[in-house]
Amino acid sequence: MSHWIIAPIILPALLAPLIAYVMRYDIVLARAASFAGALALVAIAVGLAVLSADGAVHVYDLGNWPAPFGIVLVLDRLSAVLVLLTAVLALIVLTHAAATGWDTRGRHFHALFQFQIMGICGAFLTGDAFNLFVFFEILLIASYGLMIHGGGKVRLQAGLQYVVMNLAGSTLFLIALGTLYAATGTLNLADLAVKVREIPIEEAALIRVAAMLLMVVFAIKAALFPIQFWLPATYANAPAPVAALFAIMTKVGAYAIIRIHSMIFGPEIAATDGLTGTWLFPAAAVTLAIGAFGVLGARRLMPLLAFSVVASMGTMMLAVAAFTPWATTAALYYLIHSTFAAAALFLLADLVVSRRPEGDRLDPAPATVQNGLFAALFFAGAVAMAGMPPLSGFLGKLMILDALRDPQFMALGWTAVLAGSLLVIVGLARAGSVLFWRSTAVAAHVPAADDAEPRPEARPASPLEVAPTVAAIGMTALLAAFAGPLTDFLDAGSRQVFHAEDYIAAVLGPQEVPEVPQPEPDAAEDPVQEEG
Amino acid sequence: MELIVASSVGVLTAGGVYLVLRLRAFPVILGLALLSYAANIFLFASGRLRINAPPVLQKYGEAVYTDPLPQALTLTAIVIAFGMTALLVMVALGAFIEAGDDRIDMTEADDAGKAVRKDGAA
Repeated sequence: MSHWIIAPIILPALLAPLIAYVMRYDIVLARAASFAGALALVAIAVGLAVLSADGAVHVYDLGNWPAPFGIVLVLDRLSAVLVLLTAVLALIVLTHAAATGWDTRGRHFHALFQFQIMGICGAFLTGDAFNLFVFFEILLIASYGLMIHGGGKVRLQAGLQYVVMNLAGSTLFLIALGTLYAATGTLNLADLAVKVREIPIEEAALIRVAAMLLMVVFAIKAALFPIQFWLPATYANAPAPVAALFAIMTKVGAYAIIRIHSMIFGPEIAATDGLTGTWLFPAAAVTLAIGAFGVLGARRLMPLLAFSVVASMGTMMLAVAAFTPWATTAALYYLIHSTFAAAALFLLADLVVSRRPEGDRLDPAPATVQNGLFAALFFAGAVAMAGMPPLSGFLGKLMILDALRDPQFMALGWTAVLAGSLLVIVGLARAGSVLFWRSTAVAAHVPAADDAEPRPEARPASPLEVAPTVAAIGMTALLAAFAGPLTDFLDAGSRQVFHAEDYIAAVLGPQEVPEVPQPEPDAAEDPVQEEG
Repeated sequence: MELIVASSVGVLTAGGVYLVLRLRAFPVILGLALLSYAANIFLFASGRLRINAPPVLQKYGEAVYTDPLPQALTLTAIVIAFGMTALLVMVALGAFIEAGDDRIDMTEADDAGKAVRKDGAA
């Protein structure tokens, strides 16, 4: 039992209160601590990824309570790669926030940031459904603070909407957990996987309700079709670095669907046979369509990018909804890619928007400083997001198309992905040309027509401010360059998820096979007695 | 007993949903509070309803006990819901003070860049 498994949760959890209480008046100290934490987290996450690469499922019993009674943290390849993704993204976003001074526009940015990281890492690592709820709440309550960081009328209104939406989602999560517990008598993921397998189809009504309720809850987080409407307003009005960090938050919902609906309510389970895929697939296709049309119709840059996130979630969930190991591999590759692509675009948008007198409205305006640099970066980011050849979006979409070759998915899936990509390309191309090309024309034709000139304060971006954007785009290039090894790793990870026996054996002990109904009566009587 | 618990969950949920759909900050906060009460009672009932039984196993007595886990879950959920409600009140207050308006929905402010408000709604 390696204690490092809990480090991605403990480290930010200890750092955040320190930053909030000890370093609250010293932004330099807070930045340094936050940076040190983010760097250490990357190191730990790399270590965990190496640890998980041996193919075993590593279990950490909290308080050393045995699995069905205590809460466990579980590290497998899927968790490890997502924790690593979180750590790298956090480092990039933190650099941007510190370089552009976003972290000084309100209080407690770094403390909230660390709590957010703690919640995300915890959600990826936990092996208990109720603990998943608790980590969701931790990441949400930190995200509420980050969302309204900096204040302002529209941002507070959007923040209020976001909080209300997610509180309703949390309530639904509790009801889903209650239903699940009533039907199975356990909330441990491995134990659930065992119990759900034993439920015959005639008695499966309650468990089917629980499965669908959980899917709705995760779909809220992942911004899927009927409940995607909160995302554009939230991401468009959040501070740009926070929006870039939120790129991983939708993925938490996607991860939960992969983990719970592949492993517990998986495709071959009698009680929930084919239930989730039936609903998830069309919902993902509609999500993709909404995102694509939103990109096409947006009149401001930030909503446009937010809708491109919706479209990427739709693309990813199409692959998840197939519920096969290879499709999940494709979805995971696309997940990593779309996180960096969205982060790059949001960070770049912050650099551009803060220098334009028009803000993020897509109107022609005089060119700002470094127009060429920003245009090139936007081009690269848009290429990544839309899925054009050199960067990883292309490979990701190719893998998803390949995974959806099954005739029952092919017609709708291919149409949605290909048509959606076309619309996103058109939308991003239009935005880029308005922002960067037509701006030069405006500057040439009407040099002194405007009365007020608010341009002098637009100062060029320092290398440190541009570096995070370049790093995020560079990550997509790296993803494309090392697609082979990464895909092998992810493929092993998704096979691990679909081969739930390893997970069950690692968590509940090797003597446990799905046929054994009651393992606990004599061995566990005393711990239960003391627990109350 | 079952009837009381079931109908209280139902009534609280119905009231909560109605209030949330009012799209004004104060009714929405009350509605979310009612919804969280409903969720708590539901969670409590998920361990089966049993009266006059301790939530622990008795070593010497008969094996009559009520499931302690839902009680622990409910306790956690109450704490979280309480904290979240407090935070929601603060955010709603901030939004109200900034905007001078307690609407939850954003009207066309998203896309037009400035607040264009439909009058006569709610």
